[in-house]
Amino acid sequence: MSSTVLFTIAMLGILGFLAAVILYFVAQKFRVVEDPRIDLVNEALPGANCGGCGYTGCRAFAETLVKSTSFDGLNCPVGGADTMGKVALILDRQPVAVEPRVAVLRCNGTPANAARTSYYDGAVSCRVAHSLYGGTTGCHYGCLGCGDCVDACKFDAMYMDPVTELPVIIDDKCVACGACVKACPRNIIELRKRNKKDRKIYVSCVNKDKGGPARKACKVACIGCGKCVKVCPYEAITMENNLAFIDSYKCKLCRKCVAECPTGAILEIGFPVREERPAQPAEAATN
Amino acid sequence: MNNILNVSPSPHQQSIETTRRLMFGVVIALAPALAASVYFFGLGAIIVTLTSVLSCVAVEYLIQKFILKKEPSISDGSAVVTGLLLAFNVPSNLPVYIIVIGAVISIGVAKMTFGGLGSNPFNPALVGRVFLLVSFPVKMTSWPVPTGFKTGYLDAVTGATPLGIMSEGIKNGETVSALMEKIPSHMQLFYGYMGGSMGEIAAAALIIGGIYLIWKKIITWHIPVSILVTVALFTGILWLADPTKFADPLFHLLTGGIMLGAIFMATDYVTSPMTHKGMIIYGVGIGVITVLIRTWGAYPEGVSFAILIMNAFVPLLNMYIKPKRFGKEVKHG
Amino acid sequence: MFKTFPKGGIHPPENKLTADKPIVVLPVPPQVTVPVSQHIGAPAVPVVEKGTEVKAGQIIAEAKGFVSANIHSPVSGKVNKIDTFVDTTGYKQTAVLIDVQGDEWVETVDRSTTLVKEITMTREQIIERCKECGLVGLGGATFPTHIKMTVPSGKKCDLVIINGVECEPYLTSDHRLMLERGAEVLTGAAIIMKALGVERVIVGIEANKPDAIKHLTDLAAGFQGITIQPLKVKYPQGGEKQLIKACTGREVPSGGLPLDVGVVVQNVGTAYAVYEAVQKNKPLVERVVTVTGKKVKEPGNFQVRIGTPVTSLIEAAGGMPDDTGKVVNGGPMMGKALAMTDVPVTKGTSGIILFPSEESRRAVVQPCIRCGKCSSACAMGLEPWLISVLSEKAMFEKAEEEKITDCMECGACAYTCPAKRPLLDYIRLGKSTVIRMARERITK
Repeated sequence: MSSTVLFTIAMLGILGFLAAVILYFVAQKFRVVEDPRIDLVNEALPGANCGGCGYTGCRAFAETLVKSTSFDGLNCPVGGADTMGKVALILDRQPVAVEPRVAVLRCNGTPANAARTSYYDGAVSCRVAHSLYGGTTGCHYGCLGCGDCVDACKFDAMYMDPVTELPVIIDDKCVACGACVKACPRNIIELRKRNKKDRKIYVSCVNKDKGGPARKACKVACIGCGKCVKVCPYEAITMENNLAFIDSYKCKLCRKCVAECPTGAILEIGFPVREERPAQPAEAATN
Repeated sequence: MNNILNVSPSPHQQSIETTRRLMFGVVIALAPALAASVYFFGLGAIIVTLTSVLSCVAVEYLIQKFILKKEPSISDGSAVVTGLLLAFNVPSNLPVYIIVIGAVISIGVAKMTFGGLGSNPFNPALVGRVFLLVSFPVKMTSWPVPTGFKTGYLDAVTGATPLGIMSEGIKNGETVSALMEKIPSHMQLFYGYMGGSMGEIAAAALIIGGIYLIWKKIITWHIPVSILVTVALFTGILWLADPTKFADPLFHLLTGGIMLGAIFMATDYVTSPMTHKGMIIYGVGIGVITVLIRTWGAYPEGVSFAILIMNAFVPLLNMYIKPKRFGKEVKHG
Repeated sequence: MFKTFPKGGIHPPENKLTADKPIVVLPVPPQVTVPVSQHIGAPAVPVVEKGTEVKAGQIIAEAKGFVSANIHSPVSGKVNKIDTFVDTTGYKQTAVLIDVQGDEWVETVDRSTTLVKEITMTREQIIERCKECGLVGLGGATFPTHIKMTVPSGKKCDLVIINGVECEPYLTSDHRLMLERGAEVLTGAAIIMKALGVERVIVGIEANKPDAIKHLTDLAAGFQGITIQPLKVKYPQGGEKQLIKACTGREVPSGGLPLDVGVVVQNVGTAYAVYEAVQKNKPLVERVVTVTGKKVKEPGNFQVRIGTPVTSLIEAAGGMPDDTGKVVNGGPMMGKALAMTDVPVTKGTSGIILFPSEESRRAVVQPCIRCGKCSSACAMGLEPWLISVLSEKAMFEKAEEEKITDCMECGACAYTCPAKRPLLDYIRLGKSTVIRMARERITK
């Protein structure tokens, strides 16, 4: 009995030792020499593999960071300044300040604003609907409401509002990775500079039609009248193809354009209620 | 002119065929076999069938409602089919609690854990059946003797199946011809006069169901025919080689679960290949494994194991066996 | 003897409600909207301005680039404006809006109905005339006809197939054309034959049109080299590759064109248009449209000018039934659903089908049960369940390996699916993405 036990132990011991020796030599022979900093940087990154940096994943981004000579154009939108600061420490470099951004939905085509002219009955996918036709409203630029962006979001920062039939971006959770921007076949979602207290002023419309048809399709469409361009003291607003665009980096949040817009296409969000002018519609304030 | 029109990509027509219609087509096809087993086993068959169907449907409903918290989809009829097939695969004197356990395993473990209808790799009814077979080996192999409606339920007189007699006898060195005396004639086997699981006995009724399925285009001929032909060929070769040690092919086709398995179990959409070529390979595989288990295995019957084993190969078959593409090989010239 | 293609196919209910309704010529509407892109390829460029007086048959937009087609004014009147309008694709595009005044035609057009059977033009002249007259394939794909008639060097063509299959349910415009203008259609076929320099024409007609088969067989006796081939009823037999397979047994290679097996396929509507263009010098400004639906009061086949609003077509058929839930431009299998009915008829409009609301919504999507019915139905030997999932999951490289580009979008898979999955929706998406990726690879 005891000899069996002993034999077993000895056998297993020898086998284990042999395996260890083989493993050691194999590991030596096939060792991959890698900059140890890549691992360190990789660890400092959030590990979400969201692709917001423009690389396939955190590891690929870490390799790029280590190889690069400066941080120009390299930024992890998810981790933001914190993460990039850590990476800079590891690599012993100066971090480049990158302003945080946030995704903004540039469409306000709720059923109340943009009357539905047809009912979409195909596969629930914006890409399919977009390749099929102009959409369920008269506006051929606005949100299709199938939620491809919500599916693309890896941070639970979006949901579909059943009443407005539009996606809602939760500012606190949005890391500006840009996945929704890529997922949207109509390029409605834009990454804009994140302001203090998440205040926002933006043109909530992407309709490039002339004023008449645009207004007919949607009550709160940008009709390209140009009043906002004239009133803006900072030259932050440009007009192209009957559509106004507010550059979030030039905008100083003075809110003059909001008062000027005849259709209410420019939304102000996160501001205290103005005294001289009644509050914006409720849906705009709660977004 | 102001009504809102529906817009969808083409096609704008859909066939009347639905999952539910297909499933209830299978139920109709199972009806003759059910009638046969009620005729042979009486009350027990009714109790077992009802218990199995109800518990399968209930388990699916409860899991979807309370665990997955989504809209229950029992109306598609797939749980009913699983319940019926589970009932067909157990003896008619099985106590209710064992059947309920089988239903929980079939639906709860083999189907819902993989994501419900369409996602399960193994035939749920067979997983339930095999689980019961290894968990309750005595109860699952006490086959009631078919004596019509007086067979009763739990108190039924039990006996061995023809396959069991054959397997046991050959192990004890008896010759096939001697053993054939102990079991019913081929004609009786064809009508279903033998011990066995309640749904597998009546080959005639099962064949009627199979013809109905093929006629209604619910299944194609590929799987059943390839299984039956393989079994017939394989056992035929063995029988020709040594008729004293191996039973004849017809005996193999008429006994055990081969008819039920080939027509109803192996043809389950979810767990069978999707191309005709794949179906034939799958069928041949089931046939070969069945005969191997029957002639050399520890169990007298092997259809369930054969189907489950081949189920495991279905993803591979789907991946590598492709239909012939239009315009692939043909070149002009 | 009835022939058919061997693999796949389905048998949807035929619903040919208008098969015995003669073609009715509709009056010219007060206003027409003529899109400048009614064909595959580059849009034509308008050559008229606001206020220009035009006559019917006058060119109003010229072809631009190799694959393109001229657009002619279908009416006489004054150009109201050139602007963007929503067309049958559901998107806005440039179109010429013309206010109709009278019905004056360009002098060179012969509007008489006498049959001119003798072909006097040479090959080159025929092709040039088809190009001038803005001819496109009228089966639905709207590929410019003159390009199809030009055999590229290195390719050989020995057979023309005239597609009289009309395998789409509901539609009967081709059927009526064959019955009522059979001689013109066959003369058109003879012209196409001459243009391509071939000796043989096969006209493929499905067995559900026995009157057309008989009529054309009788007529074909008077033509050299034209045979009528009856075919078994099976969808999608009207697909070029399936039709060639059914008629000749030749199989167009994957990714290839009918010319790769020496065949050119033309629709009967196109053959008729070729006849009118070549023998009568009449550009493509009219076509036959089937307006039908189970609840439509007076379904029928109507000959209308291009640019006529679909609403006036529906009026002609007795008005839109109250519970109409879906309006489809084309056949129920491959047609396009319209979001609104004030869009114009274009060269590719073969039918307008009004579905009652109970037939207008798709059934609830259920999980795939892997029955494999889609694979059995696919006439191209594809696995729709697989390429659909690959497209949905954006695995386009894999989808390309699985030959997604062979799909002709016939819809047999989605039709047959018992779980009612939107197979073709995703396949179409994947196919367009794969084609785009392939194009990018070439340009790189």
